[in-house]
Amino acid sequence: MKKLINGVDSVVPDALRGLAAAHPGLRVDVDNQIVLRASGARPGKVGLVSGGGSGHEPLHAGFVGYGMLDAACPGEIFTSPVPDQMIAASEAVNGGAGVLHIVKNYTGDVLNFEMAAELCAEEGVEVASVLVDDDVAVQDSLYTAGRRGTGATLFVEKIAGAMAETGAPLAEVTRVAEAVDARSRSFGVALSACTTPAAGKPTFDLKDTEVELGIGIHGEPGRARSAMRGARELVHTAMDAIDEDMPVSGDNLVMVNGMGGTPLIELYIAFAEVSDYLAGKGARAARSLVGNYVTSLDMQGFSITVCRLDDELTRLWDAPVETPGLRWGR
Amino acid sequence: MGAADLDTAFFAAWIEEAARTVGAEKEWLTRLDAAIGDADHGANLDRGFTAIAQALAGTEPDTPGALLALVGSTLIRKVGGASGPLYGTAFREAGKFLGDASEVSVADLAAALQAALDGVQRLGSAAEGDKTMVDALAPAVRAMSLAAQEGKEPEEAIGAAASAALAGAEATIPMQARKGRASYLGPRSVGHEDPGAASTALILAALRTVVTR
Repeated sequence: MKKLINGVDSVVPDALRGLAAAHPGLRVDVDNQIVLRASGARPGKVGLVSGGGSGHEPLHAGFVGYGMLDAACPGEIFTSPVPDQMIAASEAVNGGAGVLHIVKNYTGDVLNFEMAAELCAEEGVEVASVLVDDDVAVQDSLYTAGRRGTGATLFVEKIAGAMAETGAPLAEVTRVAEAVDARSRSFGVALSACTTPAAGKPTFDLKDTEVELGIGIHGEPGRARSAMRGARELVHTAMDAIDEDMPVSGDNLVMVNGMGGTPLIELYIAFAEVSDYLAGKGARAARSLVGNYVTSLDMQGFSITVCRLDDELTRLWDAPVETPGLRWGR
Repeated sequence: MGAADLDTAFFAAWIEEAARTVGAEKEWLTRLDAAIGDADHGANLDRGFTAIAQALAGTEPDTPGALLALVGSTLIRKVGGASGPLYGTAFREAGKFLGDASEVSVADLAAALQAALDGVQRLGSAAEGDKTMVDALAPAVRAMSLAAQEGKEPEEAIGAAASAALAGAEATIPMQARKGRASYLGPRSVGHEDPGAASTALILAALRTVVTR
């Protein structure tokens, strides 16, 4: 394993130190291991808190700033943060209008955010939660932990963030966050596994001739393994899975997301195929995002997230945002 | 009661032995987790037990209940993932059940383990057969309760619980996961031991090690 790190145990704090040094708009609270806007809580604005294991950068800390999150709680690599972090973050961003927790549907994140929300309520901080579960590779049934939260998390954070910036009350911000999740579907494909610093070797073995279909964002194996194919075929597999679950139509917000180890030129090749696929269904990508946004360390591969837009969601997506990871219109 | 009862020093020795075992087996636990999860279970539990050692160094709880409650809250605050809240709740519920008693009988310990299991199931809503830590903990609770009813000494009761946990953990190998991250794999989760059940068996094996000293 070769990693650009100082030591396995200091990966997260060292990266947070760099984040703070690079982005004066952020404040890193080292003691509580949380990332906040340097400008502090705005009175009357709903505070948005998200968090999850590290290793998905720029998610979540890179989306703290105007028009998006107020705070992020980074856990250890691929491990959910702890309730203490979420409570400290919620108290810090509460401007009196309550706090929305944006939670990816993974057992660890859900349990820790649940405990934090209970304790926040005891402290008098009003907290609502939205669960992101957009990954169609997982059957949503009694026999699984439910669909995973993946690419749509970015859409929820951006769109709910824009809504919160207008001064909308907690119920409105929650409603729009839930709408984004309900209208979004994702599917991921890995060309290689990732290597966590602690494990030191790839989380699963994949031959040069194979791909892993239906992956999450923690280096866990997917639902099935298949032969390596061209970009068009792989995109069709992903888009068919999405289309089967939520037939694509009309105007969409579409992200082709890199898992961390796939070059941008390949992601654009994938986006071209997505665009053609949508056209074939009489749909289009009215808004798009191509790049590494919800990553899985050094994994090679991509995920596609499709969100069916309406006027409100389009307007909120277009609203100004100023974070290390997303920035426009301001 | 009397000589056969277990005191605070006994439980402190258990936690110390559990920390040593988890530390020694962390790479094995992480390997199990890599197969059907996200390859961090060993590292996470080890971090939790290291934090417990620090928390215990700063204070000396004077009852078994207070000690286990401190272990539980430390795991909840320091570990993260699913294992932090789940193990933390298990220890906290056991500690709460024991209250401020200075010594613990086999019957008390069996009931405290039951409280731990109830807490884990309430939080994680897992049943036996879902391929989780419940598959090791539930049989251990049954074995301990039976031993308590039969008036067994701690050594025998704890030995039975530890063996039942180990058998329960091994029995997760052919199961298909229905809870937690392994459930995303569907049928591909079959053929691997559940890391949470494996670590539960390790922690109860540490209890046996301490009682047979």
